[in-house]
Amino acid sequence: MMGQENAFTAAIRLIAELDPTLVEIVLLSLRVSLTAVLLAALLGLPLGTALAIYRFPGRGGVIVTCNALMGLPPVVAGLVVYLLLSRSGPLGPLGILFTPTAMVIAQTLLILPIIISLTRQVMEDLWVEYQEQLRSLGSSTARAIPTLLWDGRFSLITSILAGFGRASAEVGAVMIVGGNIAGYTRTMTTAIALETARGDLALALGLGILLIALTLALNAIAYGTGRMAQRAAA
Amino acid sequence: MQSLTAPAEWLSAQPREAMHGEPSILPLVLQNVSYAIRGKTLVDGLSIEFTQGRRTIILGPNGAGKSLTLRLCHGLIEPTAGKISWQGPGAPLPRLRHAMVFQRPVMLRRSALANLTHALAVQGHKRRERRERAWEALERFGLQGLADRPARVLSGGEQQRLAMARAWSLRPEMLFLDEPSAALDPGATGAIEEMIQAFHDEGLTIVMTTHNLGQARRLADDVIFLHHGRLVEHTPAEEFFTQPRSQAAAAFLKGELLW
Repeated sequence: MMGQENAFTAAIRLIAELDPTLVEIVLLSLRVSLTAVLLAALLGLPLGTALAIYRFPGRGGVIVTCNALMGLPPVVAGLVVYLLLSRSGPLGPLGILFTPTAMVIAQTLLILPIIISLTRQVMEDLWVEYQEQLRSLGSSTARAIPTLLWDGRFSLITSILAGFGRASAEVGAVMIVGGNIAGYTRTMTTAIALETARGDLALALGLGILLIALTLALNAIAYGTGRMAQRAAA
Repeated sequence: MQSLTAPAEWLSAQPREAMHGEPSILPLVLQNVSYAIRGKTLVDGLSIEFTQGRRTIILGPNGAGKSLTLRLCHGLIEPTAGKISWQGPGAPLPRLRHAMVFQRPVMLRRSALANLTHALAVQGHKRRERRERAWEALERFGLQGLADRPARVLSGGEQQRLAMARAWSLRPEMLFLDEPSAALDPGATGAIEEMIQAFHDEGLTIVMTTHNLGQARRLADDVIFLHHGRLVEHTPAEEFFTQPRSQAAAAFLKGELLW
């Protein structure tokens, strides 16, 4: 009990003093997860919208697969990317295993199905409402994608946040493809796992507090700007 | 043709040059057009010719196929039998030369102005031209004050006027109106009728459905009467309202139930 109280005060002190190790880990985590979210959004928003509005054979199968992959275990995503990037794998010659780039790839793969599926759900409803009007205005189905993305922008924030939540919280994928190398590929989650195992509860707890605080702050910002913009544009 | 209310200021605006000097896409000819879905024939063997500059009102009880006929003409749905063709010299032009306004217009989740510029963007106009033409349309119909307002919080009447202005900004030669004032109060209905009148004065060809017989009397040059998906009458308005040829139309005008 005593030890944990000490760990808590030590954690607060690490945060207050902006401990360099701690700051470095936080910045790397943010860089990896935000890049992954950006990539997954760039791919997933148009793909999810296309999946909502195009009718093609096998569409049901694609939807079910995407929905199922929303629950893809991070370690499995990590393993797949590991196999691809390992020295003997098809992308081995790139030599990017155990780098932040590999971590970005693994997290992008992990959250892409989440963004695709949530986007598809939002866009299907919007498409029902807009389809006839847009076609009447002369819009092709492909031209409807940017229209729908812009008009669904407030609902889509939620799907992007879900993706970020998943990326920032997972340990398995970044652990496997990043290797948890101190000062290079050590993220908040992998550091928490390691420091807890080693008994350095102060750093683990400090990172835990920051991780939750960052997630809260990001969600608050997204919610706030969303509400403000929505009031301005309905 | 008397409108319900005193002419608004915008009515005195200079009318735009009719047809913009482009060759006409009209007449629009329907030959034996049918539309069936799940074995049920909803539009049955329509043969109609729409000629330039006329205001045609489609009347008929619910389920007569009025809205479907508009959607077929506008190309939103394909006929399951028969042929729809634009037979004017301008018909091969790629640009969409006919527009439609729905009973409940769908406004995008953007400003009123952005709703107009979006429609123009879809039709491939350059950014500057979009803004100019969108403003022109808003000013033409006295809607400048709404330009920056979110379109979806406008009143039903304002949204419908905006939808009409949006259609007008695309410079169509023919306009399909599907019960454009069915959900509106008398004041807003009057405003819509004034806009239709203004469109007509500019030479637009108009095809409109309505359940409002007073409105049909005020606006129609020709009347098409549909019943059970079939064409019962296609006659000049005066004749239709004074001496309908069919029993069904006579009963409809007297307000009797048809089935």
